[in-house]
Amino acid sequence: MRKLGLFGLGLLVIALAAACGSTKKQTATGGSPSSCAKGSLNLVTPGQLTVGTDNPAFPPWYGGTPHSPWKVSDPRSGKGYESAVAYAVAKQLGFSKSEVTWVHVPFATSYAPGSKSFDFDINQISYTPARAKQVAFSDSYYDVNQSVVVNNGTKIASVTTVKGLAPYELGAQLGTTSYQFIQNTIKPAKKPSVFPTNAGAVQALKNKQIDGLVVDLPTAFYVTAVQVPNSKVLGQFPAQPGGEHFGLVLAKGNSLVTCVNKALSTLRGNGTLMQLQQQWLAKATGAPILK
Amino acid sequence: MASEGDRRPDLEVEARRSRVLGGLRLEAEGARGVAIALLSTAVFLTAVVVAVTQSPGWPEVHRAFFGWHDITSTFPEIARAFKLNVKIFLVCEVFILILALVIAVLRSLPGPVFFPLRALAIIYTDLARGVPTILVIALLGYGVPGLQLQGVPTSRVFWAGVGLVLVYSGYVAEVYRAGIESVHPSQEAAARSLGLSRFQALRRVILPQAVRRVIPPLLNDFIGLQKDTALVGTLGVVEAFNQSMIDSSATFTFGAYLAAASLFVLLTIPLARLTDWLILRDRRRRQAGGLLT
Repeated sequence: MRKLGLFGLGLLVIALAAACGSTKKQTATGGSPSSCAKGSLNLVTPGQLTVGTDNPAFPPWYGGTPHSPWKVSDPRSGKGYESAVAYAVAKQLGFSKSEVTWVHVPFATSYAPGSKSFDFDINQISYTPARAKQVAFSDSYYDVNQSVVVNNGTKIASVTTVKGLAPYELGAQLGTTSYQFIQNTIKPAKKPSVFPTNAGAVQALKNKQIDGLVVDLPTAFYVTAVQVPNSKVLGQFPAQPGGEHFGLVLAKGNSLVTCVNKALSTLRGNGTLMQLQQQWLAKATGAPILK
Repeated sequence: MASEGDRRPDLEVEARRSRVLGGLRLEAEGARGVAIALLSTAVFLTAVVVAVTQSPGWPEVHRAFFGWHDITSTFPEIARAFKLNVKIFLVCEVFILILALVIAVLRSLPGPVFFPLRALAIIYTDLARGVPTILVIALLGYGVPGLQLQGVPTSRVFWAGVGLVLVYSGYVAEVYRAGIESVHPSQEAAARSLGLSRFQALRRVILPQAVRRVIPPLLNDFIGLQKDTALVGTLGVVEAFNQSMIDSSATFTFGAYLAAASLFVLLTIPLARLTDWLILRDRRRRQAGGLLT
């Protein structure tokens, strides 16, 4: 009993400390946000732009022949939409191709507290207001629509409405907003599955352990073309209020975000982003919209 | 007589006084011990708390992990998902206890005739304990349904459960075997000399003693199993751990992890205390037995 009391006291002290900590001021990193000169940028490694993404790096976001340590694609190739955008942003900031380094950043690592191993992470991460409280998001580099992939010849393959999906077992990938979409908009009868990896999600669809996989539209086309034979994009979901977009993720308070946004704004204005989307994501436009 | 009568109460008073003083002294020592324990605990905790809260990354860690709203808002849904964990380990434990006992008995069979069975049991325990649980679950959960055989279940929860049973049976079989080998050979000799068959001796004499001795380590593995049900989440099944990962990725905070962790702890602590109590009871009984024989 006495021991328990001590233990309780200890917990209380820790809890109090935890509560007190919240009043402390946050330490902001980075220098003055006004200057975007290459020399004054707040970088992990001075003189180099360190870009993070997950490994394997999947098409159509990444392309090129994989070289160790990268699998499936190679972010260093400049091929694929996200690789091309990263190099375009780098160029705007004044970095040559050889001054860009890529690091493997698993999804959960991109928002874990502590010092970051990257200047920005580009990994199909959707902006949400809740997430933006924990990290810094850049402006949109791609406005995304969710879609659903199914096996040909299965019952679900003849569904044409969002409501029609409700009786089926659906899956999504961990960390995507697809899961929230399933829960809030489709409201399925069966609890949806959430896979920690793309490989798991794809295998479950192949095995028919789930009826449909909800992913972003460009990924859906890659899944049907390469990963799951005899599957199709059943359709894309109507745009959500306010839309959904992917943003680059930076450490909270990093002044670099202002400069990255400036670069993205230039790339949007001069048509580079649109041109890169046509080059790498052209296929990802023609899917019927589910009503 | 009278003088004796006069002196005795004195002695008694003296003795009582010394007893009382001794008791007081003991009490004082006890109080001093408690005070020291309290003080040292307070100093230790203060040092830990100061070290943690003064660390440069604390504000960020505090925001990411200790958001009270993140913990409380995710708790109900994680608790609902946790029911699946409870179901999985309750069902699996039954099969583990049976399968492991069969394996342990096979491994304990004497004589050259039973060599193939013994070898099989050894290979099984080696493999079951050698392959990481997460791999067994992934291989079974995605691999077997991938064969698309008629009549074979495709449920990921089912195959994850099979994986847990296979892995844990390896560990529990070894616990049983230790119990069986701890029973002195004379017990079996005595049973056989009374006319019991080999099976009867095993069933009526060896196993009851063996199993009773290994109940604490069995419960220990049961606690391990409770935690490892979280691995089922790697197959995409939304149990407590996967639910906490979903919540964490939705808000980029880790409060949901603390909510999930607290659920697992709430479940394992009573079992851990029960195990302690059983070990204590067992020790007392054996010590008492030692005095008798």
